[in-house]
Amino acid sequence: MKPFTYLTPATMEEAVALFGQHRETARYMAGGTDVIVKIKDGWMGPDYLISLKQIPGLNDLHKNENTGELTIGALVTHAMLEQSLLIRNEYPIIYDAVSNIGSLQVRNMGTIGGNLINAVPSADGAIPLIALDGSALLVGPEGERSVLVKDLFVKPYETVLTPGEILTRITIPAQVPRTGSAYIKFGRRAAMELPLIGIGVLLAVDEDLSTCTRARICLGVAGPTPLRAVKAEQMLEGQPVTSDLLTEAGKRAAEESQVRNSVRGQAWHRKEMIRVQVRRMGLRCLDIINQKARQA
Amino acid sequence: MTKPISFILNGDEISCDIQDHWTLLHLLREELGLIGTKEGCGNGECGACTVIVDQLAVNSCLYLAADVQGKQIQTIESLAVHTGSLHPIQQSFVDNGGIQCGFCTPGMIMSAKALLDKDPGADQETIKHALAGNICRCTGYVQILDSVAAAGRQMAGNQGEGAAAAKDPGTITQQSMNKKAGEVIT
Repeated sequence: MKPFTYLTPATMEEAVALFGQHRETARYMAGGTDVIVKIKDGWMGPDYLISLKQIPGLNDLHKNENTGELTIGALVTHAMLEQSLLIRNEYPIIYDAVSNIGSLQVRNMGTIGGNLINAVPSADGAIPLIALDGSALLVGPEGERSVLVKDLFVKPYETVLTPGEILTRITIPAQVPRTGSAYIKFGRRAAMELPLIGIGVLLAVDEDLSTCTRARICLGVAGPTPLRAVKAEQMLEGQPVTSDLLTEAGKRAAEESQVRNSVRGQAWHRKEMIRVQVRRMGLRCLDIINQKARQA
Repeated sequence: MTKPISFILNGDEISCDIQDHWTLLHLLREELGLIGTKEGCGNGECGACTVIVDQLAVNSCLYLAADVQGKQIQTIESLAVHTGSLHPIQQSFVDNGGIQCGFCTPGMIMSAKALLDKDPGADQETIKHALAGNICRCTGYVQILDSVAAAGRQMAGNQGEGAAAAKDPGTITQQSMNKKAGEVIT
């Protein structure tokens, strides 16, 4: 591996200042599961690697019980999310997505912030955060700003972050009552594999447990960046959610997608799977909602 | 850049100088001579280099040596005691045919140990999920999963029967080895 100087700032300000000092010869690093591979393979060769691991508070994971807002620090690992009861019980779509990223060894190191910044079209971590209307807090030389996770991605491997900016945390607004959510990483196998297609669905219903008050259909590997099938969502909102309607929404989502042929799969197959899995994930959302209603 | 670090390696305090770009795998194998941990792909895909850092299984090929400062590291070398007695997981791999060429074994066993230390009663699905990042190219997965499940039962038993049983792996090992030897002869 090409030698570099490893810097371990103790504060965000120090990290940004170090980047300012070394600029294009520097890279930030979170868990390292992507950056170290890229340095080893020669895709990048920074002279200075600025680790964010020593900055306190970046691995904070908590829900504010007053506001209902969920905060996920950028350095929270996939394993921390996978093993959190809060995530498992209240944000099943996050659990579904992170529990099959890489392997356990990778999940013990890899972080949610790193997964977003890496900006691969297949980023499992991005889909649930988009479905949950999450926003990312960015801190950089010019101060801080908040960007919706859905607007974070420009094209494969490129985000809206400007040089020196650091993604510090994700904020998920309070979920509306009677919300269910689910994600499936669809492919030949789950572990150590990118999905052929990733499908995340979030549904909320009215007190009648039928009329849809909010729908989110988010797709990974369905275009250059993670995307929302907005027209399919609109078909559901305001309507009683039935299996047939979910089938129609699935068809619509497949049409809205920008899937293509690649070494891992054909576009027609990906479309078929979107059609089938939007329905299945939608039904799972309803199951979750009904189960919670029975418990209440 | 060279810098001093100190950490706990297999129960011993270690202080040494490292280069910033060294991985933990490099530190273990090339500098400290602990060659039980293997390098397979070098990219976090195969799990051969798995070690335990603060109770978590990680790929030592992606883990920077600089990041082990102040941490507790366990490698495959920590499992067998000095008298030659094997750890229940190692013995179970021997007894259940969980080893073929052996290259993936240290990583498999460290992944298994990280799991069973927390959850010795792990079911088949949990074991598969924990070991999904360890590739065996001899493809003896069924025996490996059986080995881990059997080791878990043994470790749970040891915990249940109290400290005496847990502290006496020598007896267990000797019995198992005799049994194994007997099987080979007949």
